[in-house]
Amino acid sequence: MTGLPLPKNVRNLLLAGVAALCAATTLACGPSYFEIPIETPIQPKLDVSAFQRVLIAGFVAGGTDDVDANQETVRLLRSQLRSKSSLRVIDADVMQLQEIAQEQSKTTSPETAEEAPANHESSAAPAATPAPAQAEHASQPLPAKIKEEKDLEPYERLFANTSYWKRIGEEYQNPLIVTGTVLFMPNSRSGFVSRDVEQIDGYGRRRVVPVRQYLERKGFILRPKFVFIDGRTGATIYSESYREEVLYNSQTNTPALSSYFELMDRLVPNFLSALSSQKVRGTRVLLK
Amino acid sequence: MFSRVAAFLVFIAAVSTTPLYADARGDAKAQVAFGIDVAQKGLWREAIYRWEKAAEIDPTYAAAYNDLAIGYEHEGQLDKARQAYEKALELEPGNAQIRQNFELFKEINDRTATAKERP
Repeated sequence: MTGLPLPKNVRNLLLAGVAALCAATTLACGPSYFEIPIETPIQPKLDVSAFQRVLIAGFVAGGTDDVDANQETVRLLRSQLRSKSSLRVIDADVMQLQEIAQEQSKTTSPETAEEAPANHESSAAPAATPAPAQAEHASQPLPAKIKEEKDLEPYERLFANTSYWKRIGEEYQNPLIVTGTVLFMPNSRSGFVSRDVEQIDGYGRRRVVPVRQYLERKGFILRPKFVFIDGRTGATIYSESYREEVLYNSQTNTPALSSYFELMDRLVPNFLSALSSQKVRGTRVLLK
Repeated sequence: MFSRVAAFLVFIAAVSTTPLYADARGDAKAQVAFGIDVAQKGLWREAIYRWEKAAEIDPTYAAAYNDLAIGYEHEGQLDKARQAYEKALELEPGNAQIRQNFELFKEINDRTATAKERP
């Protein structure tokens, strides 16, 4: 079956009409959204304008013998601050705060031990632990081996010892002092986990179905507490605690140090945002 | 010759039928579109000015508030950004793109704006 041939001028008119319709549609219904990269500036949580230098002193650390969390945390934070902060990082030996605290508890009489929390209470520390809790910590013996969270609690008195930190501050020309506790410990958990499994049905079609499976998993928990101390007064000006954990299939053999860095990687931006302004990159959708 | 002229006239007529918005939404849309153009060139302050104007012309235009929120976010004015996102979602609660933008904003803002002191 053949149609009647259209005269040339009519065909031209039709083609022009179709082209015009397409052009009008494109103009009227252009893209209604646009992805755009943005950089959000985040102001630092602490005003560190009074300091030119920062001393990452050391941490009371424990949880596992596989990683020296004190050494590794000091090294990591120093290197991060060198590249991402305007403060000059002081190169000093990493302080063995656990030993220092043990020494202090030997030489401090019960009366003076109770003085430290009182001093701390009078300072304007925004994140100061309530005084009764500190008095309780002051009387607790310091465990030689730190295995879990409660073993760290008695060490809190070390950070409240303003005269000690003031002396350290004088030694290093009144820097901002960063110290705290780091607990890095093994963790294991068993239970049902949902995961996607690819299946081929009777017709040879592939499909992905969620399957619940009992798994034994092991990994690590990282619980650091960063304490920021004014080296001029020895008083705590700010503190923040975090908790991160990672779990692997029990057959996976992940080195403890690699897990430590994996977990610290998640926390470092938060730590840095306390001291210096950060730019967080992201993408948003603009709408018409 | 006549057919070509006729075809050209049809084309022009069809293009010119694209609606010329004379209402508030039309004016606001023009401001938003201009804002998007300049934001893509990195001129965020000008973009914010245009989107503020769009929201002023048509306070029911969710896209204007969404774009304004993104502009504020880029400039570090996080409180204003939150308010603008909330307004955009109030106007169009079911808009998945606005919701996604707001979720991403909250993720950054909540993580970094306040001190975290967990017991």
